[in-house]
Amino acid sequence: MAFDKMELRDIEVWDGNFAAAQALRQCQVDVVSAYPITPSTPIVEGYAKFKSDNYVEGEFVMVESEHAAMSGCIGAAAAGGRVATATSSQGLALMSETLYQASGMRLPIVLNIVNRALAAPLNVNGDHSDMYMVRDSGWIQFDAFCPQEAYDLNFIAFKVAEDHDVRTPAIVNQDGFMTSHTAQGVHTMDDDTAFGFVGEYKPMNDMLDFEHPVTHGVQTEEDWHFEHKARQHNDMMTVVPAKIDAAFAEFEKLTGRKYNQVEQYDMDDADVAVVCMGTSVETAREVAKEMREKGIKAGVVGIRVFRPFPFMAIADALKDVKAVAALDRSAPGGTAGALFNEIAGSLFNTDSKMLLSGYIYGLGGRDLTKKHLVDLYTELQANADAGKLLTKQQQYIGVRGPKLAYL
Amino acid sequence: MSEMKKIKNLKEFSTSADRFEGANLLCPGCAHSIIVREVLNATNDDLVLAASTGCLEVCTAVYPYTSWDASWIHIGFENGSTAVAGAEAMYKALKTKGRLKQPDRNPKFVAFGGDGASYDIGFQWISGCMERNHDMMYVVLDNEVYANTGGQRSSSTPIGASATTTPAGSISYGETKNKKDMMGIMAAHHIPYAAQVAPNKWKDMVKKIQKGFATEGAVFINAVSPCTTEWKFDPKDTMHLTDLATDSLVFPLYEIIDGHELNITYRPKNVVPVEEYLAAQGRFKHLFKDEYKYLIKEWQERVDANWAYLNRREEARV
Repeated sequence: MAFDKMELRDIEVWDGNFAAAQALRQCQVDVVSAYPITPSTPIVEGYAKFKSDNYVEGEFVMVESEHAAMSGCIGAAAAGGRVATATSSQGLALMSETLYQASGMRLPIVLNIVNRALAAPLNVNGDHSDMYMVRDSGWIQFDAFCPQEAYDLNFIAFKVAEDHDVRTPAIVNQDGFMTSHTAQGVHTMDDDTAFGFVGEYKPMNDMLDFEHPVTHGVQTEEDWHFEHKARQHNDMMTVVPAKIDAAFAEFEKLTGRKYNQVEQYDMDDADVAVVCMGTSVETAREVAKEMREKGIKAGVVGIRVFRPFPFMAIADALKDVKAVAALDRSAPGGTAGALFNEIAGSLFNTDSKMLLSGYIYGLGGRDLTKKHLVDLYTELQANADAGKLLTKQQQYIGVRGPKLAYL
Repeated sequence: MSEMKKIKNLKEFSTSADRFEGANLLCPGCAHSIIVREVLNATNDDLVLAASTGCLEVCTAVYPYTSWDASWIHIGFENGSTAVAGAEAMYKALKTKGRLKQPDRNPKFVAFGGDGASYDIGFQWISGCMERNHDMMYVVLDNEVYANTGGQRSSSTPIGASATTTPAGSISYGETKNKKDMMGIMAAHHIPYAAQVAPNKWKDMVKKIQKGFATEGAVFINAVSPCTTEWKFDPKDTMHLTDLATDSLVFPLYEIIDGHELNITYRPKNVVPVEEYLAAQGRFKHLFKDEYKYLIKEWQERVDANWAYLNRREEARV
């Protein structure tokens, strides 16, 4: 029984979860192995409903934990087909062992993470602590700032991950609730165009090719392990970025929607800039525009690709900026947040005289308001004017009680 | 439906084309390799195999070598079952979509795990696979101990065995807990087929494995695997130990169909006292001190009671 195609309007009103589910349908994923968790559940529920209504032919395996979900994805991907799943927060934490196994085995799985705080205290709302937790797991990480991007980036994720020169799994992040449950207009592709972009899955080292038996998931000790991991990392930093750019370019040609590893807003002549991820990017853009009207040359840098971190593009975007705020939506547990460290590392040993300060914000779904950002840009401008940091280097935004800061 | 492989005698069986190579790092006298060969040689069909982390895995897939002339995957300690379930799901998907490279084949999906990987850390994963009734076989290589990590107790370790985390000592007789009834638990999932096997009874084993392969749905196999290193016996005595295990009824051989129909498949002509089974292994040596001899008596009573229970189950057909 052939599956049915779905007629879509040019613009559909979808939240981020449904946009991702539609992308999985249009990519004709062969196996989804999944376990429910708020706020990502509607993605796999969407896929299940598509299956019940004959819009997909793939297998949907509803397993008994997130660890099993990714374990099933790994087995399915090694068998030789297109594989995807979705999770959030605690689910990702339980799954995390297998993320390293998937990337080390070079299996091109796509994982939608609907970003949510990690307990304790238990919290279902959006922050980036889950995204940061698997930062070093060897997966490509894209970040969507809105439902449209959650849709588009899934196609790009499959395209890049499944490239035979890449063969590295990819994550598409979106903010819990703010993106996942907020309906917006989403420009769609028709089913044939969408599938045409990702194309038919091309298996490699597939277990179901019985003429060529293959051993997956071997043991290597001190004799070979380092060579495997070093090559994996080096490929991530040298092969993957160009493949991402190529996929972005092809996608732009197809849809007119342009993506960049580092999304710059009003950065050409910016004196002060905010660097952030997720829905905060859109808020920051609005505020930057307003700051310009007040005479402050404000810009915004959104991180579209968190892994491999686009250190060249970041250095280029920030090279002439006087004061920069790195906004990390995760408690670092160490000195500074991940973005602060990455930006500092990208500009170290360059001619940049940038003043960099770090801000922890939005934990557990706390709003980042326009007022917060107005204050932040004002503070950055004061730093720029003074030629030095007038505040502590590491602060918190929007937390009640006495002002917390250190460094 | 694939044709069942015909096996006339042991010579023919043991000289079948091997898809598990003798070139591996398992201990001399390890029963794992014997069991794996008996399972694989029971069919001519293509195989998709998985192993959970453990002796079998670390001894057969050390880069750049492999002992497997069939598709094989290892992910982690707890998820060998789900690895194969995922592959089976992909097989179904590609079959539906007409994208199988060799659509005329009838692959069998088999996962192996030790008792640590199966009774303990991978318990939930196996339960999930059985409950979802994937068309797969899960085989426990049950040596009643974490052998790969050096002899720690698992929930399969029987009472009185000395393990490194339950060592016998001046005030201890070793493991104090009963072995987990994994067969009973798996059968309670109402899977189409569950069986306990032993490598010495190879005809019984092959019959059950072939039955399992012919079954559509989830199959659970518990295979006793005497461990020369941790049970502490001479490597040349592996089959002797297996004989003692089956003939003392410590490891009775039986099957459970659809979760209720129990059949005993081997009735020893001369039942060996449990004491002989225990006496043949260093891990039970301390039980023969005067103060612990009551445990040997209790062992015999437990084995007798279990045998009576299995016989009643078989007779009752429930």
